[in-house]
Amino acid sequence: MADIIVLEKMNKFYGTYHALKDVNLTIAKGEKVVVCGPSGSGKSTMIRCINRLEEHDGGRIVVGGQELTDDEKKIDLVRREVGMVFQSFNLFPHMTVLENLTLAPRLVRKMATAEAEAIAMKYLSRVRIPDQAHKYPSQLSGGQQQRVAIARALCMNPEVMLFDEPTSALDPEMISEVLDVMTDLAREGMTMVCVTHEMGFARSVADRIVFMDQGEIVEVSTPAEFFAAPKSERARTFLGQILAH
Amino acid sequence: MSFDLSLIATSLPKILQGLGLTLNLLAVSTLFGLILAVGILLMRLSHRSWLVWPAKAYIYFFRGTPLLVQLFVIYHGLPQFGFIRQSVLWPILREPYWCSVIALSLNTAAYVSEILRGGVLGVDKGFVEAGKALGLSKFQRTTRITAPLAVRLALPAYSNEIVSMLKSTALASTVTLMEMTGVARTIVADTFAPYEIFIAATIIYLVLVWIIQTGFTLIETYANRHVRKT
Ligand SMILES: Nc1ncnc2c1ncn2[C@@H]1O[C@H](COP(=O)(O)OP(=O)(O)OP(=O)(O)O)[C@@H](O)[C@H]1O
Ligand SMILES: [Mg+2]
Repeated sequence: MADIIVLEKMNKFYGTYHALKDVNLTIAKGEKVVVCGPSGSGKSTMIRCINRLEEHDGGRIVVGGQELTDDEKKIDLVRREVGMVFQSFNLFPHMTVLENLTLAPRLVRKMATAEAEAIAMKYLSRVRIPDQAHKYPSQLSGGQQQRVAIARALCMNPEVMLFDEPTSALDPEMISEVLDVMTDLAREGMTMVCVTHEMGFARSVADRIVFMDQGEIVEVSTPAEFFAAPKSERARTFLGQILAH
Repeated sequence: MSFDLSLIATSLPKILQGLGLTLNLLAVSTLFGLILAVGILLMRLSHRSWLVWPAKAYIYFFRGTPLLVQLFVIYHGLPQFGFIRQSVLWPILREPYWCSVIALSLNTAAYVSEILRGGVLGVDKGFVEAGKALGLSKFQRTTRITAPLAVRLALPAYSNEIVSMLKSTALASTVTLMEMTGVARTIVADTFAPYEIFIAATIIYLVLVWIIQTGFTLIETYANRHVRKT
């Protein structure tokens, strides 16, 4: 299978703080990777480098065959093939749900409004909220907003979806409605990189689990290995903490 | 002290003859000021110091000196220079109307660019990142996300600035313009009744301010229709 994301000896500094240290990771098309680790370990930084919301300072990042450099054109090419879902949803507050979904297909893919709206309605049905199309984000619950955010990313028909703790800002009763949508997406064969502490989701969906600590990838295992017998002491401690509550 | 209500009533229509010029000064200066403000804002927000620095200096100068002084420098000061009187700009710079418009526009531009900058800085970074992640270009992110959200945040402060501008148009009377305050001052000179005449002018200014404030409240309500009412 083709590798869609390649991180090679990637390093990232915030000022003098070494946030990512020689990160190596290769993700194949169709693979589902869950990234976990303690707070501040660099999970967000790593996935934000993949669509260049952060600039890396050393090593190579190749996404869909394009190496990420200062070349703005290539960055835009990569970004339109990589969807991202944020912890805080980040729906455009001044646009209706439908406008949120059609903005990028119209502006970036140069799609006609009618076609973009048809696609938007298709994805809104997939995330099970077609009846909210004409509302503003503030009129939706957190779970609904996050599903809209997922649909918005899908409208660009991306090759890869990145999720940065998509359920962390949600009330507990809304977490499963978002995880269900993500599970559907995984079943349909989407390549996914998810930062999440939802270990049930990781167990049932992930092909591999990447455990990070202090800016390093400490171990990469299958869920079965990871949950039964983590290789590193750090992962054992982390799992102990996370499964305790 | 005697107080003549009927004098207020008879002077109202006379002062209203200056209303057109007052509104004209307000509208034209506000428009020029806004255009200039956007230019200064773009310089101020650029990451090139040779653009940032002049923008900062401009803002510092026009916010740091009295508008009346700026008006006098333009109207009384510039004509002292021969080259100004010989320049192509002289037909404009010798007109008190244009001097007033220039002073008001230059002054408000400094304030408005800062008001807009406050709006831009208030826009949540997350929305811009969502735009980036979707592949929108810098220009598209600016026009579709940052600008509309920044304008909404800046509206309350901007409405204050328009009210402030309305009052500033009165300074044009010091360079002979017959806007409302100018008219009021001539009537006072004829009647020696400053109290009644200026009360009449006050009433008109207050009505105008009320209209401006109500207008902006309507605009803000419309622009913020997406915000959930709690
Ligand atoms: N913009 C920034 N400037 C400076 N330091 C930063 C910045 N962003 C992140 N960091 C630092 O880099 C480290 C990694 O941050 P990151 O957000 O990637 O962690 P994380 O694993 O996603 O944590 P969390 O689980 O809390 O989201 C942290 O120590 C953080 O303080
Ligand atoms: Mg994070």
